[in-house]
Amino acid sequence: MKQKERKLKPTERNPKPKERALKNKQPKVKKGRLFVFAALFLLLVFIGGALLYPNQKSNEATQAYQRNKSTFVRDHSPVLGSPAARVEIVEFLDPACETCKAFFPLVKKLMAANPDRVRLYVRYAPFHSGSDYVVKILEAAKRQGKFWETLDAVFAAQSSWAPHHNPQPQLVWNHIGGLGLDTDRLRQDMNASEIENIIRQDLADAKTLNVTMTPEFFVNGRPLPSFGADQLKDLVQGALAAAYK
Amino acid sequence: MDSPARTQDSDWTLVFVCWLLASVAALGSLFFSEVMGHPPCVLCWYQRICMYPLVLILPAGLFPFDAKIVRYALPLSLVGLLLAIFHLLLVAGYIPETIKPCTQGIPCTEVQIVWFGFVTIPLLSAVSFLLISALLILTQRRSSV
Repeated sequence: MKQKERKLKPTERNPKPKERALKNKQPKVKKGRLFVFAALFLLLVFIGGALLYPNQKSNEATQAYQRNKSTFVRDHSPVLGSPAARVEIVEFLDPACETCKAFFPLVKKLMAANPDRVRLYVRYAPFHSGSDYVVKILEAAKRQGKFWETLDAVFAAQSSWAPHHNPQPQLVWNHIGGLGLDTDRLRQDMNASEIENIIRQDLADAKTLNVTMTPEFFVNGRPLPSFGADQLKDLVQGALAAAYK
Repeated sequence: MDSPARTQDSDWTLVFVCWLLASVAALGSLFFSEVMGHPPCVLCWYQRICMYPLVLILPAGLFPFDAKIVRYALPLSLVGLLLAIFHLLLVAGYIPETIKPCTQGIPCTEVQIVWFGFVTIPLLSAVSFLLISALLILTQRRSSV
């Protein structure tokens, strides 16, 4: 009712052309602007969130790592470097994996470049069939205090005992002769149930941590944002900068 | 409501708010799945099918303003609302396992996010669809008077 009355008002019904133009145009421009601003604002919030979220999440990963390292590192895990180091690299590796072999010198270089500041823990992810046999040899060599030498020898000879991702683990024996290992004891030790349990535990932790490919690195609990040598370097540099301000 | 232009202005605002809600919901759901990495279950996909088109359809009714947009947008938001309510009942356990349409992949009963102890993703979805539907119906009522 009220509206009808107002509609009859002469000024409303027949506004001057100039006024009409103003009335129609101004709000439309305002509305269009409002719409564009709102759309841009929402998009910016989304993009900002998407950029900040991974950062926050990896901070949380570091905190979770400081609180509870047990899935990342076990008491049995071979470790290299000073106990005082504040940057810890956890590497899941497979002795038969070519990329693991390729990355190993890089990891050693990172450690050599930052003496006493970087520590390396090795975890086993023997995904190739037959490489658990080699892990058993490595663990048995660890009992004789020659784990790292044996790992180096195994990687160095990888192309002859594991050509084209097809490991023939028995051939490893031909390449670890010069290390001064007590081979008879090694053959006995490698079948120990403790070593079996170590492999089982490492594979279980790999599953928990979502490790599906080797090598997989965690630097103070943070995974690589994407796989690559530069990413590993950056991650270690970032952790060093944060730990040694 | 004292002039037709004013009425149209506030109707425009209602539809605009609907679009804001739909956009926040669409971007939010993308954030959950693409940034936070929560995979969407089947029911979530059905609700997305109802929500995402609103982000594009509603602006078509804003420039220039066309109250008829309600006729195109309301079916989407009502179906979305029904799906969200179904999802909520499923999570709450009022609907038995056998009627669940999603046995493969990610179970729809899995609760991935809980804020303040009660806000879950299906609840956010239901609230968004409810608000959008209510505002659209309000717009329809006002413009057909």
